Amino acid sequence: MEHAGTVLTGFVALYIFMLAAFTGYEIIGRVPSILHTPLMSGSNFVHGIVVVGAIYATLNATSVLEQAIGFFGVLLGAGNAAGGYVVTERMLEMFKSSDKKPAGK
Amino acid sequence: MNAQLLIEVSALAASFLFIYGLKRMSSPVTARSGIVVAGYGMLVAVLASFLYTFGVAEAAKPHLTTNAIIAVVALLIGVGWAWRSGKTVEMTAMPQMVALYNGMGGGSAAAIAAMVLLAVPAEGASHGSLHYLVTVFGGLIGAVSLSGSLIAWAKLDGRINKTLRMTGIQAINGSIMLATIGIGLYIVFGAGGHAPAGVTVAFFALALIFGVMMTMPIGGADMPVVISLYNAFTGLAVGLEGYVLNNPALMIAGMVVGSAGTLLTLLMAKAMNRSVSNVIFSNFGAAGDEQQGEIKGSQKPAEAGDAAVNMRYASKVIIAPGYGLAVAQAQHKLYEFVKLLQDAGVEVKFAIHPVAGRMPGHMNVLLAEAGVPYDIIYDMEDINGEFKEADVAIVIGANDTVNPAARTNKSSPIYGMPILNVDHAKQVYVVKRGQGKGYSGVENELFFADNTNLVYGDAQKVMVSMIQAIKSLDGGGH
Repeated sequence: MEHAGTVLTGFVALYIFMLAAFTGYEIIGRVPSILHTPLMSGSNFVHGIVVVGAIYATLNATSVLEQAIGFFGVLLGAGNAAGGYVVTERMLEMFKSSDKKPAGK
Repeated sequence: MNAQLLIEVSALAASFLFIYGLKRMSSPVTARSGIVVAGYGMLVAVLASFLYTFGVAEAAKPHLTTNAIIAVVALLIGVGWAWRSGKTVEMTAMPQMVALYNGMGGGSAAAIAAMVLLAVPAEGASHGSLHYLVTVFGGLIGAVSLSGSLIAWAKLDGRINKTLRMTGIQAINGSIMLATIGIGLYIVFGAGGHAPAGVTVAFFALALIFGVMMTMPIGGADMPVVISLYNAFTGLAVGLEGYVLNNPALMIAGMVVGSAGTLLTLLMAKAMNRSVSNVIFSNFGAAGDEQQGEIKGSQKPAEAGDAAVNMRYASKVIIAPGYGLAVAQAQHKLYEFVKLLQDAGVEVKFAIHPVAGRMPGHMNVLLAEAGVPYDIIYDMEDINGEFKEADVAIVIGANDTVNPAARTNKSSPIYGMPILNVDHAKQVYVVKRGQGKGYSGVENELFFADNTNLVYGDAQKVMVSMIQAIKSLDGGGH
């Protein structure tokens, strides 16, 4: 599985992980608790991006065993992404303020 | 190759849209646009991923057509199934559905790890130990998240009612974990990443068993924390497999969720006044029946109509809803009742305990579904001081979250958990189906207090009687 594009050395990967971890922490830290459920569901949707990795690995499969695992990998990842999106959108759609205009705090 | 460049650009765009979307999701005003933004990111990334067909390894080229068909078919089935189930799931069942989708993501990450470990290494293309260590670690976490989330789903969905408790279970779980890690280390350092298929399969099988064993002893009341923890696990697993596949979008999205999920888990555990390790390793509620203190006093019943009239002439009413409200599907009737009170000039507020419902914020979703505006809904910390000014506090379908034993009774299993101070209100009504105990199996002193009256009945029927009582009262006056 050789890649023509980006090749990440260990340290660049660590920088990415570190910055991403702080980003996640900052985003969640200020969320009002009324949004905890949709936000958990929303972050659940975001890691559905795993389906992209599963597709990549499946396209590079060379044996029947790998193909079988790849099938389930893509299936599960797609379920994660699609399901996560639908339920999050359904929940957030329901949040409304008393006033018609948005209530900025 | 241009396809490669397109993939890189789409991955960058997806990463940006995810973070921007999550950011917008953190305020109720912009939240809905946030998920849509993140959705576009996902769409772009998934469509672009098929450009990988132009860059597959030499060894995989003969299989490319089959592989592409497999990927497309699996994608369509997965999206189709999840879309339908997501559209139809009841709002009350949302926590287990999130658990299920989350477990699927963990399974997908584990599948990636398995494919990397099972792939025949190309000539001359050898990776270092770090590469395989990350693969194995991500696979382990992903597999645990898959089987653990499935158990969490089954428990919340009522498919598994038993909580597995036996002495020495922690020793057994510890042995399974050590065995799994041992095999994992052998795959990395003993076999250079490419152990015989049997060994790799055994590794994943043990990891899945460990996820089951770890989740089985945890009681239903603690499941929200567990789901959140597995959400963080899946994020971490996705991030690690992203490193293995050299895919920055997976690394960023996975790690953002990994850390956000960890923080959310800590916040939830704090709301229940428990540590995460306490949730996972202690047998909560096991001793619930033995150390019940005697509760003095008696439960005093009240008619729904009388309670309604009392609230109609109060100046301030605080409502403490719990999961029982949603089970009875009474939130719409409740809001209708609230609107009648508001029309009569009563100040009405909702008080939400952090773990009301089956997941933090779940009750807010259920109230939002009934059309209750979010600006009359208050968090526990913001409203607890107001109960002493309230003429009436009404508890509907909640129990453990309003049990004063959490403040006073050191022998109670829920001692130390912050609660809503409904007992500070001048008059408390508790709408309750029967005389049973709460989810944690603990008796509630509140029900026996002098200023508490119990309105027995199904929450929806009680709300209908209350609405009628107010309407006949106001109708007669005009």
